Amino acid sequence: MDWSWDRAWEIAPELFTRGLAVTLQATLGGAVLAFTLGLALALLLRSRRPWVRLPVRGFVEVVRSTPLLAQLFILYYVFPSTFGITMSALTTGIVGLGVHYATYTAEVYRSGIDGVPRGQWEAAVALNLPRFRTWTGVILPQAIRRVLPALGNYLIGIFKESPQLALITVVDVLGLARILAAEDFRYLEPLTLAGLFFLVIAIPSSILVRRLERRLEHG
Amino acid sequence: MNTDETPWMIRFDKVVKRYGDNTVLRELDFHVRPGERVTLIGPSGSGKTTILRLLMTLEKVSGGLIEVDGECLTHIRRGDKRVPADEKHIRPIRRKIGMVFQQFNLFPNMNVLRNITEAPVRALGRPRAEAEAKARELLDMVGLADKALEHPSRLSGGQQQRVAIARALAMEPEILLLDEVTSALDPELVTGVQDLLRDIASSSDLTILCVTHEMGFARDISHRVLMFDQGQIVEDGPPEKIFSDPAEQRTRDFLQAVIQT
Repeated sequence: MDWSWDRAWEIAPELFTRGLAVTLQATLGGAVLAFTLGLALALLLRSRRPWVRLPVRGFVEVVRSTPLLAQLFILYYVFPSTFGITMSALTTGIVGLGVHYATYTAEVYRSGIDGVPRGQWEAAVALNLPRFRTWTGVILPQAIRRVLPALGNYLIGIFKESPQLALITVVDVLGLARILAAEDFRYLEPLTLAGLFFLVIAIPSSILVRRLERRLEHG
Repeated sequence: MNTDETPWMIRFDKVVKRYGDNTVLRELDFHVRPGERVTLIGPSGSGKTTILRLLMTLEKVSGGLIEVDGECLTHIRRGDKRVPADEKHIRPIRRKIGMVFQQFNLFPNMNVLRNITEAPVRALGRPRAEAEAKARELLDMVGLADKALEHPSRLSGGQQQRVAIARALAMEPEILLLDEVTSALDPELVTGVQDLLRDIASSSDLTILCVTHEMGFARDISHRVLMFDQGQIVEDGPPEKIFSDPAEQRTRDFLQAVIQT
């Protein structure tokens, strides 16, 4: 089968408007959730109270040790019937991606927080800074700065995993490519375009993350 | 000698500090009067820095108690019992104490001015404008008026330590703890920081507790020198006496060793 430019031009607009919108929503929504929930998990995991720390640790372990796809299926098919929680497919996907990756970014934040020198805590105590302000003004700004490149890599990871949402009926760039292919059984153009789309976003993003890494090391 | 009219600013009462099996302080008793400047000397590991860290509440006592300005820093009374003090009890007492660290510990995510204003604004609730005016005065005093908006990493070690001193003073402490404040500095920067501290000491009524290996500085700055060894005070006296005519063999040995290095 030969490459058909006509077919490529025909499907490109739809692929890169409707499909792109869904992929970006899933990626950005998932990332925002992963980055905020991950921070919350990291802080809860540091709690001195075992009844806070241990259940959170258990949750993190379970989520990390099971496939994202299994979690998506449970959120999409089990939650509505068993818990009465019904969300649109895209929302379910965002929650699934966000929660799944939050358990990873929690670890990233933890290492960032541990990396802040002890002297910073001690200076905050010596200055009688309130505990909350010590976190928000001294520790977290330094910790998060350290882990920005790692978070950037997870953002790219979420982006690349987002097509899994197709299995809970979310039609993203890749899902749309399959549907378009099914119209005339020409798979070459839609799937090539979809693949190119991921490459075109992921490669410059990786380069940006590496630049950021270098800048933070030297700054 | 002490009467009710002149209460102690700092009182250690049978203070014990253990790290696991290692006992750093053994039933240590000592008192410091308001405005008194005391230098702690002695071999490393003798517990000098631990004393400062206990006062700053960076560590907890294993036994005994510490009073600051007549209030118990380490314990509160609950009924008939004495229980370890909580953060709420500690905060107003800790307000009276400031500390300058060997490694400066400036906040790298804030510029110089912000480093100094952060605690007055957030811990004392001062209006930002007032805190900044005061910070600029302090920066002027430490000779860094032109560095207010610099990032700490762009300053030399000596300059960073001056900022740390200004930052501690911005909280208007009654007690200033100096923990080997020139040990991490390049030799040519030591004198400047020491001169600054001498000026501050002589022009204020701060109570100062100082741990240092610089005997010349100790002699200049202090009213009293405490020689420590193995978690206890070996000798206690005015600097002229301790440095010229020490009574104890252990003090003589220590001074000998320090002078040789």
